[in-house]
Amino acid sequence: MKSDKLKFLVFCLVVLVAPLPLGGSYLTNVLIFVGINSILALGLNLLLGYAGQISLGQAAFFGLGAYGSGVLTTVYSFNPWVAMVVVALCVAAFAFAIGFPVLRLKGHYLAMATLGVGVIANIAFNETVDLTGGPSGLSGIPNLSLGGVIFDTDLRNYYLVWGFALVMILLSLNLVNSRFGRALRAIHDSEVAARVMGVNARLMKVQVFTLSAFISAIAGSLYCHVMTFISPTSFGFHTSVELLTMIVIGGLGSVYGSILGALLLTMLPELLRTFHDYDIIVYGLLLIVMTIYMPGGLVGIPAALRRLLPAGKAKGGANA
Amino acid sequence: MLDLTGIGKRFGGLIALQGISFKVGKGSITGIIGPNGAGKTTLFNIATGIYPPSAGAVVLEGKDISKLPPEGRARLGLVRTFQNIELFGKMTVLENVMVGLHTRSKSGLFACSFRMPWQMSEERRIRDRGRELLEFVGIPELEDVQAGTLSFGKGRLLEIARAMALEPKLLLMDEPAAGLNSSETAELAELIKKIRDLGITVALVEHDMDLVMDICDQLVVLNLGTMLAEGTPREIQDNQAVITAYLGEE
Repeated sequence: MKSDKLKFLVFCLVVLVAPLPLGGSYLTNVLIFVGINSILALGLNLLLGYAGQISLGQAAFFGLGAYGSGVLTTVYSFNPWVAMVVVALCVAAFAFAIGFPVLRLKGHYLAMATLGVGVIANIAFNETVDLTGGPSGLSGIPNLSLGGVIFDTDLRNYYLVWGFALVMILLSLNLVNSRFGRALRAIHDSEVAARVMGVNARLMKVQVFTLSAFISAIAGSLYCHVMTFISPTSFGFHTSVELLTMIVIGGLGSVYGSILGALLLTMLPELLRTFHDYDIIVYGLLLIVMTIYMPGGLVGIPAALRRLLPAGKAKGGANA
Repeated sequence: MLDLTGIGKRFGGLIALQGISFKVGKGSITGIIGPNGAGKTTLFNIATGIYPPSAGAVVLEGKDISKLPPEGRARLGLVRTFQNIELFGKMTVLENVMVGLHTRSKSGLFACSFRMPWQMSEERRIRDRGRELLEFVGIPELEDVQAGTLSFGKGRLLEIARAMALEPKLLLMDEPAAGLNSSETAELAELIKKIRDLGITVALVEHDMDLVMDICDQLVVLNLGTMLAEGTPREIQDNQAVITAYLGEE
């Protein structure tokens, strides 16, 4: 318990000072997207890493958040903060409604259904030209502002996005080490046993699906206000796969693993620009290699090393 | 306590169970025995709601629960253990028991995320209760061990502790002695009696005849999906039909 708190405080500190040596350079901008991707990866990890339910449609909720906020603030002149809350609640309600039929499915069928949700949403972003601007995108989205501070520089946006990310990390850490999180992990390990223990597996799955959509929508709202311009290509199948790769690489069922995966997969393409058009192949290879050789992800490496040492005492339950 | 009336189950063209009717008396230990393939586990799966019955009704304390899902039955106090041990392997021993306390606690998504004061005290309460239950089955020293790494015997004890966490009225145990050595089986017999002495009704499917004859008050014998006999262990031992089913005819 104590060490969990310390870990989080150290992490906060790192986040706080990270942009200082960068001096507002291009890397600060990249770190903003690391923050947004961390929020998205965290949302997916709660669903897939903890509850064991796959979603290949996370980009839909991300996009709905972004377009919801974008359209409400530009076309209907909503206050951006009000828009963010309204949109996140609507996206959550939408996820809750589709969650009941969709989460009856398991494994490949669930993957296909969520993939379908993602594809439909992407088509909608492209085709509702009057609202979203279609393929040419939606521009002129205002920056967020709070108490006279306008989030219009990279450094300000960095602290805005990471402020949200830190709150979500803290809440997720609380959640996964509680009655709710234990029930999710129980469903993941053995759904039959969880149900026999009185866990309403179906409702729990829909709840965590809804939560993950809510989190993704918040990330979407932040994204649109940071970018001030959005287009459908940011919310396609590619994005959903990227998110999946992040949590598999970082560590399924690990809050910090989501962040680590988001960091790596946001930085890597920046460093390996030559891969640009082939990056989906690289993601595919990474997914295969990781699931075969490192199913615990990068955060699982210390535990794997400990297992190799005979003196290491078996100790489980590290779910932070 | 539990009243099964005319239970039948078909899987496609296969009749797995037919016309099974018996009562499990309150406070008793009832054994369900029969040769392999007699339908014992299927009967348990129907009683706990894993499969719906094709015919008949499951009645718990006068209430028809045939239509309830497993989690609904668990909330009413009908809890089971599994033949092949269904633990939450990636969670610790204590966490497994704490999942068993799910129905005895109620913090939801919001209370858990925001660590509300009542959620924190509830968490402490179920942690303490979990430790008591590990003490009860005799494995308190294993609380931080990952459940998937336990031996079969310890895993069985953990499964029992987890089931006890639900404060069952009726505990159904599917072959609790399977895979246990003779000293572990003897300890298990004591544990089951201890559970009965707490006022919990027990029904078990079991192949170990010494165990069954030792602890059961009442036996039900199944053969090829039908009921062959019902009675006290002594009556069953002398029952000609049962002897024929087990040993064949001369």
